[in-house]
Amino acid sequence: MLTYTIRRLVLSVPTLLFIALVIFMLLQLAPGDPMAQVPLTVPPEVKAKMREALGLGQPAYIQFWKWLVQMFWIEPQVFIDYLTQRSFLFSWLPDTHFYTACGPEVQGACDLRVISWQTRSPVMDIVVQRLPQTLWVVGMAYVVGVLIALPIGIYSAYRQYSVFDQAGTFITMIGFSIPPFFTGPLLIVLFSVKLGWLPFIYDTTHVVNSWESFVYQIKQMIMPVMVLALQTTAQISRFMRASMLDNLNQDYVRTARAKGLGEAVVVMVHVLRNSMIPVVTVIALLVPGIFGGAIITEVIFSVNGIGQLLITALFANDLPMVMTLTFIFAFLIVLFNLIADVLYGILDPRVRYD
Amino acid sequence: MTDPATTPLNALAEPEITRPPRSQWRDVWDQFKHHKGALLGGGFLLFITLSVLFGDLIWQLDPKKLDIRAKDMRPIYTAIWDSGAKVGWNHPLGTDQLGRDQLAQILAGGRTSMAVGWAAMLLTMLIGTTIGVAAGYFKRLEGPLMRLTDLFLSLPILPLMLVAVTLFRQPLRANFGPEGGMFILIVCVIGVTSWMQTARIVRGEVMAIKEREFVLAARASGTKSRGIILRHLLPNVLSPIMVSATLGLATAIITESALSFLGVGFPSDYPTWGKMLADAVDRMQEFPERVMLPGVAISLTVLAVNYLGDGLRDALDPRIRGR
Repeated sequence: MLTYTIRRLVLSVPTLLFIALVIFMLLQLAPGDPMAQVPLTVPPEVKAKMREALGLGQPAYIQFWKWLVQMFWIEPQVFIDYLTQRSFLFSWLPDTHFYTACGPEVQGACDLRVISWQTRSPVMDIVVQRLPQTLWVVGMAYVVGVLIALPIGIYSAYRQYSVFDQAGTFITMIGFSIPPFFTGPLLIVLFSVKLGWLPFIYDTTHVVNSWESFVYQIKQMIMPVMVLALQTTAQISRFMRASMLDNLNQDYVRTARAKGLGEAVVVMVHVLRNSMIPVVTVIALLVPGIFGGAIITEVIFSVNGIGQLLITALFANDLPMVMTLTFIFAFLIVLFNLIADVLYGILDPRVRYD
Repeated sequence: MTDPATTPLNALAEPEITRPPRSQWRDVWDQFKHHKGALLGGGFLLFITLSVLFGDLIWQLDPKKLDIRAKDMRPIYTAIWDSGAKVGWNHPLGTDQLGRDQLAQILAGGRTSMAVGWAAMLLTMLIGTTIGVAAGYFKRLEGPLMRLTDLFLSLPILPLMLVAVTLFRQPLRANFGPEGGMFILIVCVIGVTSWMQTARIVRGEVMAIKEREFVLAARASGTKSRGIILRHLLPNVLSPIMVSATLGLATAIITESALSFLGVGFPSDYPTWGKMLADAVDRMQEFPERVMLPGVAISLTVLAVNYLGDGLRDALDPRIRGR
């Protein structure tokens, strides 16, 4: 198992490099000009200088190499420095100074991080600012979705073709079919406009320090979480139902019943544990997809997470930001695919990779 | 009580053939008929397709015609609970803030959405089937093609689509006109990013079928690879392709609407369902029906396609058929 994990980890490096190259080439081929917003009165030689300052003058392979170096060599240095100097967990370690920022007073070697063309500040700093909002909403939505989906799947499989099962299947179908950009406005009209129960803009500056502010935080999270959770619930409850149905007719279930075990024990212990094996891997596989889905939800509810960051960066032609964000999404997909495969091997003793 | 002497005679008699042998597609149709959801879905899809194709022959208002005097009209059914509402039979579903007729816009928008959906689905199936058959049939191609599929599966699809559509909008618009360029771009982007599931399914089926005796017989009688693929393999993998085609149609419609909703789709004066929904969100407190109508249209179409796919899957599976 360990060798398999290591082999997959090693193999994921070329995959990620290839994906980074695809994204980079796509951005290179794109005709958008970052200098388009510069006024026409600026003379061409100044424009050429500005282009060079953005790193645009060099050939594509050098630009790609520089991005790789910045992303995998300089950004980790900054991260380690942050951990040892200011972070809550590791600040007891001796301070490190791997990263030297460039400045007028710096003599000798210095490094530049990935800089956003929009804000002229490091891309990763902005991403780190935006990430908690996305993680809160997306993570909560995923947990809620899974918690709703599992009981629905279990019960509809146990009572196959009952009224509950048919209603569940119908609701799953609706969850598949209604896109989030329709459920979002629908919920806003219903709960914010007509009933006035919930706020329809996610306030990211809101600080939770009392019971009232906590209640407000819950209230503003309900709608985005429900919109995202509907998609998750639809997919996972379907898998759960199919997996339970596969197991309910197995011989070991009959044996368990023949031993005289109670129905609750048979279903909730014997069948459920075996049915969870494929479902757990599906749960891991669907995580990156929900980050993609979060882009639309963040736009609808004005959550300023990384999805919204990507949209604004795209419209502003901010290529380093787009490149880094898309790569982060790709990284998440590769990571969770790996987690799913390894989990499958750990949970199911019949699966042997070696 | 029958006469015992006549019984053996009856048994010996040639069994009379009462009906011709049934074709496979007749069996499929018989099974399909039992799935009510699929029938309804198929019927609704047909209805939507016909109405977006020929609706403008019946409802001849121009969807782009501005009529500021008749702006912000409500749908005719609003008059039931609000007698003071601005309604009229000349605009049964109301008008928008520029006085464009909503019914005509829904029809025109549906035509775009369905055209993108069908074209993207066909492209997806073409790419997916080609790669799947090539990977399943030719041993040498299997490794590289499947690695390619895995790579595509780990690409972040929605962000990449956004990137591609935003960045390549200008040159295609310049070459093919604002609508044509966008149509080509969106169809290609959806097709290139969603063929992977089809390719995997088709490859699996092809690998199973090519070991069967009839393929061996075909090869023994001197059939070339081309003939085997076109005459023996493709007809046999048609059912999984059809099932994944319905899924592809549903995804393509949703993706196109999502791109339009995020503001990277068709130009602003060109109606599609997603675009109408996105434009209406700003004023949905006063005019909720402008969000509801295109939203319901998208959702019902996709729901119909999904049910159709469900029914097709059951009907095309010979293990379930006849139950």
